[in-house]
Amino acid sequence: MSGAIEQTGAATAKRGSGLPRQPLLVFGAAVIAVMVLAAIAAPYLGTADPMALNPLGRLRPPSAANWFGTDQFGRDIWTRVVFGSRVSLFVGAVVAILSLSIGLLIGLVAGYLRIVDAIVMRVMDGLMAIPGVLLAIALVSLSGASMTTVIIAITIPEIPRVVRLVRSVVLSVREEPYVEAAIAAGTRLPLLLARHILPNSIPPLIVQATYICASAMLTEAILSFLGAGTPPEIPSWGNMMAEGRQFFPIAPRIVLLPGVALALTILAVNVLGDGLRDRLDPKIAKRM
Amino acid sequence: MLAFIFRRVLSTIPVMAIVAFAVFMLLRLSPGDPASVIAGDYATAEQIARIRTQLGLDQPIYTQFFAWLGQLAHGDLGVSIFSNLPVSTLIAQRVEPTLMLALTTIVFSIVVAVPMGVVAAWKANTWIDRAVMVFAVVGFSVPVFVMAYFLIYGFALGLNWFPVQGYRSPSQGIGLFASHIALPTLALSAIFVALIARITRATVLEVLDEDYIRTARAKGQIERKVLFHHALRNAAVPIVTVIGLGIALLIGGVVVTESVFNLPGLGRLVVDAILKRDYPIIQGLILLFSFVYIILNLLIDISYTLLDPRIRY
Repeated sequence: MSGAIEQTGAATAKRGSGLPRQPLLVFGAAVIAVMVLAAIAAPYLGTADPMALNPLGRLRPPSAANWFGTDQFGRDIWTRVVFGSRVSLFVGAVVAILSLSIGLLIGLVAGYLRIVDAIVMRVMDGLMAIPGVLLAIALVSLSGASMTTVIIAITIPEIPRVVRLVRSVVLSVREEPYVEAAIAAGTRLPLLLARHILPNSIPPLIVQATYICASAMLTEAILSFLGAGTPPEIPSWGNMMAEGRQFFPIAPRIVLLPGVALALTILAVNVLGDGLRDRLDPKIAKRM
Repeated sequence: MLAFIFRRVLSTIPVMAIVAFAVFMLLRLSPGDPASVIAGDYATAEQIARIRTQLGLDQPIYTQFFAWLGQLAHGDLGVSIFSNLPVSTLIAQRVEPTLMLALTTIVFSIVVAVPMGVVAAWKANTWIDRAVMVFAVVGFSVPVFVMAYFLIYGFALGLNWFPVQGYRSPSQGIGLFASHIALPTLALSAIFVALIARITRATVLEVLDEDYIRTARAKGQIERKVLFHHALRNAAVPIVTVIGLGIALLIGGVVVTESVFNLPGLGRLVVDAILKRDYPIIQGLILLFSFVYIILNLLIDISYTLLDPRIRY
């Protein structure tokens, strides 16, 4: 089975999907691994205290002591960029897990019970119509900025996409002979969903998880940047960019460096997602 | 055909109702009392109570909801809490920059990305194709505000070609308008160029395998016509689909771009309103953006039947 998938993958690569396949996965995974290690080992990477103010050392250019220079409060930019990875990766991972589990549950039920389906899918259509970023900003601003509200606010707009994906897999799988056989054998619904239908939704969900993770990190940064996100005392990349805005003409690196870190992280996660999609889901891979 | 359009139009009604309900509940369920926000920090209990009665906030939730729906049906979006102007007036004042930015972005993205995708498919597996694909992946991943600051850094502060921020209406001179809208358009377009180039390449690549392309080449059709006439035409549906999906991204992107470039548009209006908790503006604008999204997707669905007569519902 895995041989067949690899063959299809090779065939698409030969037809010209742009880049060779494996390197994508390796590149994405390697960058993320480095980021995760940096986030964990943040205090030991030549960093100082990310909150330490130094009024005498404001807006310093890069030097041996401050690799990326200092910001408008004299805080070490390198330190804050490294610590910022913690916020992004944490938000990305937690939102991906949360929206997948909630979406999976709703999608399985909606895909299987026709009565629930019509109502749930209209509600999902409605949720999808509300611009995710606006919905998230409104939720955070109305319920008060904290890490928890940020995560909940980003998760809610992501759920409908998961529900749709799971539902479409369920709808196609339940016509399969082995599912009919299981029903004929008297398998109860919960077991049927868990044993026969769930495993088929796993590969596309893993791919979807990476895209949700990337999108969540982006939304978190946008929320912080617009002033309705992660509380300002936490060094997140979006917060750093928001605070550095006024000083952009004098010291562009205050804004650009966290921006590069954010872009690189999102790029790595997206590339990893593309690589996984090509391996796990050759049918979709052929279409993109 | 007409029956399909009719059914498709009808199907947007429940979705719109759900959006309206969700937007309404969002503000009612959030902690914090709108009446005391409006009254200010030094208001007495009586003043707060009076405002509450005025706005009908003392009524049961369902009464408030239907009263609000009734207003909406008359095109009344309410009155801004802070500026005391009708929300519809504020929208009318701010709509131009947003509309212009959206239009320039969509046009620019299509004009750049479609030929890019076609050429990449034609030259599949060459360095041209690889360059387009690398650009597509990178362009899709760089957040719009990061892209915006790099553009400002390079083209506004560095080369001094464009102003750093601000907006000029086309009525103030087309050159002035173009120089102000150029960087916001470039920043916002990156993600669409990436998305459209990628889908164009993929679909054209698939179409190029078809028999009728071989026939066209066999009868001696020139390559340019084969690509743009035969292949691209049949790739229209996926491309239009991606543009439709992109509308949601566009709305989110507009909000951020307007903030970076200080454009006085709807995105700025809604962000400022959210930060100040100006409830009627928040409700009105989220509703407006959602309805725009629903209607554009409706139009796109209908356009499928025109683009590809094989599609029947």
